[in-house]
Amino acid sequence: MAKGFPLRVIRRADISQGKSWAVRLCAILLALLTGGVFMAVLGYDPLAIYQTMITGSLGSQMSIELTARLVIPLLITSLGVTLAFKMRFWNIGAEGQICVGAIAATYFALFHDDWPQWILLVVMALAGLIAGGLYGMIPAYFKCRFGTNETLLTLMLNYVALYTIQALQQGPWRDPSQLGFFKVARFAPSARLPEVLGVHIGWIVALVLVVLLYIYLRHSKQGYELTVVGENEATARYAGIPVKRVVIRTMFLSAGICGLAGMLQASGADRTLNDTVAGGVGFTAITVAWLARLNPIGMLIVSVLFCILEKGSASVQSVYNLSAATAEVLQGIILFFVLGCEFFLTHRICRADKLEGGVERG
Amino acid sequence: MADSVWFNFILAAIPAGMPLLLGTLGEILTEKSGNINLGVEGMMYMGAIFGFLGGFYTNSAVFALLAAFGGGMLGALIYAFLTVTLKANQNVTGLTLTIFGTGLASLIGENLLAGGTASASFSAELQASFGSIRIPLLADIPYIGPLLFNNNIFVIIGVACAIVMGLYLNHTRRGLNLRAVGENPGAADAAGVNVALYKYVHILIGGGICGLGGGYVCFVTCKGLWVQNCVNGLGWIAVALVIFASWSPYRAIFGSLVFGALSVLQFYKPDFLRDVSAPIFSMLPFLVTAIVLVITSIRMSREKVQPKGCGTNYDREER
Repeated sequence: MAKGFPLRVIRRADISQGKSWAVRLCAILLALLTGGVFMAVLGYDPLAIYQTMITGSLGSQMSIELTARLVIPLLITSLGVTLAFKMRFWNIGAEGQICVGAIAATYFALFHDDWPQWILLVVMALAGLIAGGLYGMIPAYFKCRFGTNETLLTLMLNYVALYTIQALQQGPWRDPSQLGFFKVARFAPSARLPEVLGVHIGWIVALVLVVLLYIYLRHSKQGYELTVVGENEATARYAGIPVKRVVIRTMFLSAGICGLAGMLQASGADRTLNDTVAGGVGFTAITVAWLARLNPIGMLIVSVLFCILEKGSASVQSVYNLSAATAEVLQGIILFFVLGCEFFLTHRICRADKLEGGVERG
Repeated sequence: MADSVWFNFILAAIPAGMPLLLGTLGEILTEKSGNINLGVEGMMYMGAIFGFLGGFYTNSAVFALLAAFGGGMLGALIYAFLTVTLKANQNVTGLTLTIFGTGLASLIGENLLAGGTASASFSAELQASFGSIRIPLLADIPYIGPLLFNNNIFVIIGVACAIVMGLYLNHTRRGLNLRAVGENPGAADAAGVNVALYKYVHILIGGGICGLGGGYVCFVTCKGLWVQNCVNGLGWIAVALVIFASWSPYRAIFGSLVFGALSVLQFYKPDFLRDVSAPIFSMLPFLVTAIVLVITSIRMSREKVQPKGCGTNYDREER
């Protein structure tokens, strides 16, 4: 920092919970403002666009149901990746874990559709959970055993899972009745999730998971162990926590929840196996989890906000012919601002002439 | 004839590998400064769309290239400001940059297409300037000629960039300082190296090179026509290729050719692989990268690992 510069950045003492949320709210508002300026540059009226987004996503019974459908996989996947993130394990592979969960569930949906509905659905959910979990254990194992970079390994496994779905679509699981199209057959009614209040029951699963995860992270021994491993591995080892076991177990759960999201999406929303089953949710979930500071209840709020943007952008596209990618741009801008504002929770700017030897004058 | 099929295959691997080479080189430079930027995909998209706009409106190859570089740099600037100055988490910032860059390119691109110019594309002469440059006489040498002396401008830029970067990192004082910043920013700071400045400069240039990779996809692969979702995962392979190349620009040339070959393999598949479906071939580069990742971590040699400072932001007060 230059000597004559009139402003300095200094560390601040603890900030109150309320004040820190106020700072974040300001960041989100600033982000929406910046997004508005951007739209104005493109020649659109930002107020009208934001208004269309709200009415398009929450304006009617039907649009609320469609928005809720988007929230389910995003929220569940965010909860899943949170477990790994809390442990500072960079699970960027939710996308692939969703795919693998959907593949495993689809196997039962296609070849055991004569089973009673409830048994079939429970088996499908378990299959999705276990398959996703095992898929997530691969990078966890290599990380523990050889220190393999988990960020990149989970990332590569995303594509392996994605192309596995495409290979199944074109090969063994191809529906011959769909002439010329590579598609998997639609699920039999027994393999489809029932609906409650117009939305498949995945939303109940999601809400239950929010509560379960909150309890698991705050009030269980395993949740405590994984937090300690995340904070400081050496401390964890010193305290007698079996670090490797915790890492592998947590990754199984983290990826398993993502796999469950894949099953719910395939069975409840798509009603078939599609290569768009994850469709970027795995990546968006990471940003949701981070925005909510790994707090399950915060994730509920943030994922609803993101899905309002997502569904709203689709409406904006049909009304104003402005690309639905607006949602991604806005999500990006919001995150940039929130990521940036975190700095001001631990630091603040003050005038240099009020400083004395690095400490603010009383 | 089998001989010429193989030759064509190798010849096709060069253009297929070029965007990967540029993305990889950009990320190597970034990671050498101790920052891992997962936003390569996003920066490539930004390079592609800005490069396209530059070429479309000025009709000049130089401006198109500069705009592609600038687009990538703009993405990198956001990343650098957030991670270096505001100390935000590198992984999340990089991912956000990918989401943002991808969205921005689709948004601007779709607006272009919807705005009356239904097939937004470069003029024929501008397209031609990104075609192959034949070096007289040398290009007529059988085999070696078409391989080495009949390539487009990007191949020349890419290879030159790799060589210059290799020399810079290993044989200059600045390169040494940069590596120190990446390995141990505290020590570099104590030795009087301006850590933040080094990070900014190299993250920005790295982003610009990634942007050129995006430009390549738009100018050459898509022949100057704007295609939505044109980058389609290349940026992610580039991030992984950095590890395949173990942070060496020279090995990045080799790595990108191998991966370029893998990505065009399905068009030249030998007879015994005839029944293998296309998705399996598309999966190959990623699967091979995953295996390479595991193998390199098993036989970790000391100079072939990620710079130690990667992932954690340097804060002078936290030493």
